[in-house]
Amino acid sequence: MRMRSVRTLASALALGASLLASQALAKSDITIAMQLEPPHLDPTSAAAQAIDSVVYTNIFEGLTRFMGDGSVAPGLAESWEISEDGTVYTFKLRDGVTFHDGTVMDAEDVKFSLDRARAEDSANAQKALFAGIETVEVVDPLTVRLTLAEPNGNLLFNLAWGDAVIVAPESIENIKTNPVGTGAFTFGNWVQGDSITLNRNPEYWGDQPVLETATFKFISDPTAAFAAMMAEDVDVFDNFPAPENLPQFEADPRFQVLVGSTEGETILSTNNQQPPFDDIRVRQALAHAIDRQAIIDGAMFGYGTPIGTHFAPHNPAYVDLTGNSAHDPEKAKALLAEAGLPEGFQTTLHLPPPSYARRGGEIIAAQLAEVGITAEIINVEWAQWLESVFKGKDFGLTIVSHTEPMDIGIYARPDYYFQYDSSDFQAVMAMLNSTTDPAERARLMGEAQRLISNDYVNGYLFQLAKLGVARAGVRGLWENAPTAAIDLSAISWDE
Amino acid sequence: MSRNLILGTALSSLVLLAALISFVWTPYDHAALNIPDKLQAPDTRHWFGTDHFGRDMFSMIMVGARTSIAVALVAVGIGMALGVPLGLTAAAHKGSWLDEVIMRGNDLVFAFPSLVIAILITAVFGAGALNAIIAIGIFNIPVFARITRGAALTLWEREFILAARVSGKGAARISAEHILPNVANLLIVQGTIQFSLGILAEAGLSYVGLGAQPPTPSWGRMLADAQTMVSFAPHLALIPGLAIIVTVLGLNLLGDGLRDWLDPRIRVARA
Repeated sequence: MRMRSVRTLASALALGASLLASQALAKSDITIAMQLEPPHLDPTSAAAQAIDSVVYTNIFEGLTRFMGDGSVAPGLAESWEISEDGTVYTFKLRDGVTFHDGTVMDAEDVKFSLDRARAEDSANAQKALFAGIETVEVVDPLTVRLTLAEPNGNLLFNLAWGDAVIVAPESIENIKTNPVGTGAFTFGNWVQGDSITLNRNPEYWGDQPVLETATFKFISDPTAAFAAMMAEDVDVFDNFPAPENLPQFEADPRFQVLVGSTEGETILSTNNQQPPFDDIRVRQALAHAIDRQAIIDGAMFGYGTPIGTHFAPHNPAYVDLTGNSAHDPEKAKALLAEAGLPEGFQTTLHLPPPSYARRGGEIIAAQLAEVGITAEIINVEWAQWLESVFKGKDFGLTIVSHTEPMDIGIYARPDYYFQYDSSDFQAVMAMLNSTTDPAERARLMGEAQRLISNDYVNGYLFQLAKLGVARAGVRGLWENAPTAAIDLSAISWDE
Repeated sequence: MSRNLILGTALSSLVLLAALISFVWTPYDHAALNIPDKLQAPDTRHWFGTDHFGRDMFSMIMVGARTSIAVALVAVGIGMALGVPLGLTAAAHKGSWLDEVIMRGNDLVFAFPSLVIAILITAVFGAGALNAIIAIGIFNIPVFARITRGAALTLWEREFILAARVSGKGAARISAEHILPNVANLLIVQGTIQFSLGILAEAGLSYVGLGAQPPTPSWGRMLADAQTMVSFAPHLALIPGLAIIVTVLGLNLLGDGLRDWLDPRIRVARA
């Protein structure tokens, strides 16, 4: 009898212990894999998307921020007022925000960050975001006033970029290796070549995130990515590099697949200053020689949306201009003949590592061969690509995905690597920048899209899809990628 | 003739034949994409199935054999053309400074892991079949130089060489007229083995993207392309993999068989 009660007690204890254990097991950590490792962790001095994926909203926050649906929401600025003429923005900052090192975030930090970003010698990769700002004034510790040279309908959008986050003068020196921001997560540890760990910030001004720690793991090889995911070594793959494997994840109840949109316009970038591409008929011939659907099916296994201009199809201002460059090899041949190249010509096709480029390039080379254009494939690593193609402009054709949001403005820069120089387009962009009326802005954006489509500046292929793979229990992942970001504060596990 | 020799000859000629026929005929255009028809398993229409672009794998394997053979053949040719004279010279001047320079230079090249240096060469001078040939070729030089010198040294002790020397022939002439014909068997056997290593090296370089560039088919690149698709289209990796195995196995058996067949001592022992 006594023996039995002891036994009952013991089993009750065991049950209790296992209940406690299962509660403790409700996961509060996550391992998120990405293909590329960031070169360092300062989003205000480099263009690398991998930096933003790790730090944006997690470590660093800006006055405004992007939400998962692409909308712009208040960040460190709680609210703002815009003057009648649209040239003065007064931001009211949140009270009680501290940096991870304990220093207070106030108007001085905002002034420091913005002045640093727009300074003459600034290393910011997107200086154009701050172009129209004349002065940044501290009104009081929680109020900042931005005065613009002329109205800028994009300002709140521009300030939401990872390049415009608020940093502190106290911690700026070591920002690349020890980033100190205001976000819901603090920087933990970086094992070079392997992973970066972030920890929950208990002093965060907003809601406490569910996750306690998050590890970003870097897996560049698509085969290794597949193996790591299948073995559940990683919980999430932010953007899975091998679209051909997605059906296998879809068929497996252990996983969920999130197919969304990105801001990546994938284009056959054309050196507009290099003969024969300086002839619009040749560029038009290129456009008609390309069969977009074959590229989407062959290189991306069907993931991706055809585009006819440099603009994201999910944007309300998008104009479908794919018909302008429909697949028509006969027309392409006729155009080449008209341009004095009936026998076609030879050029180079530089391909960076991602499969959209390497596989897409093989398909495009075959399609160009059908109209008589011989494109010699040159596979390059990213560093080589940046050096010889992007900086050196030593290329005929290349394939790349332009992943910055709303980046049609690059066509107004004649020194940009594809070297499109059109005063008409530059005028439209200047007008767009100083227009705040939404309807008029949409019209100008449409105009800009038509201009580059009609000038056949580049071969417009498809909008890159975001191919997220995650274990079934993960909630709160962004389906789309309005900017490079992995917003950890929204992520949780199913009970 | 031994079993090795027969089997080796059969497998090697199969590959050689495929490569030769590919010049005049392949079932399909090896470079023609047919994306709606992609990833088909082998059947009567496509004997080896189709790849991720819908290209006919049988045609690609045939043309790929051409690439492999061409690269390996020229590479072995470079190795022989430079290595054999070096080895003969070293043997003819045994113990002299010339012998030292040649053999230590060989040791230097030999000491490097060949594929790593091949990767370096192609990375510096650009990927492509030509650079792959040069890279593989350079590492064949010391192999032939050594084997030639070793075999030649024993010959230099023989009476018929002595007779040639007494009759007033110079070292160069003796090397060409008397030494070379007597080491030829050895070189043929070694050449066959090096040829198979060359095929492997070419596949390895193409696998890491440094060999023949697309659209030229290459077995190594077919394997690399297949990597992420093995789990649902195993034929993509199996077929080029088997092609490499058959070729290398065939050449090795051929080399072994030739050695046995050409070596008088073994021949005597058999008889």
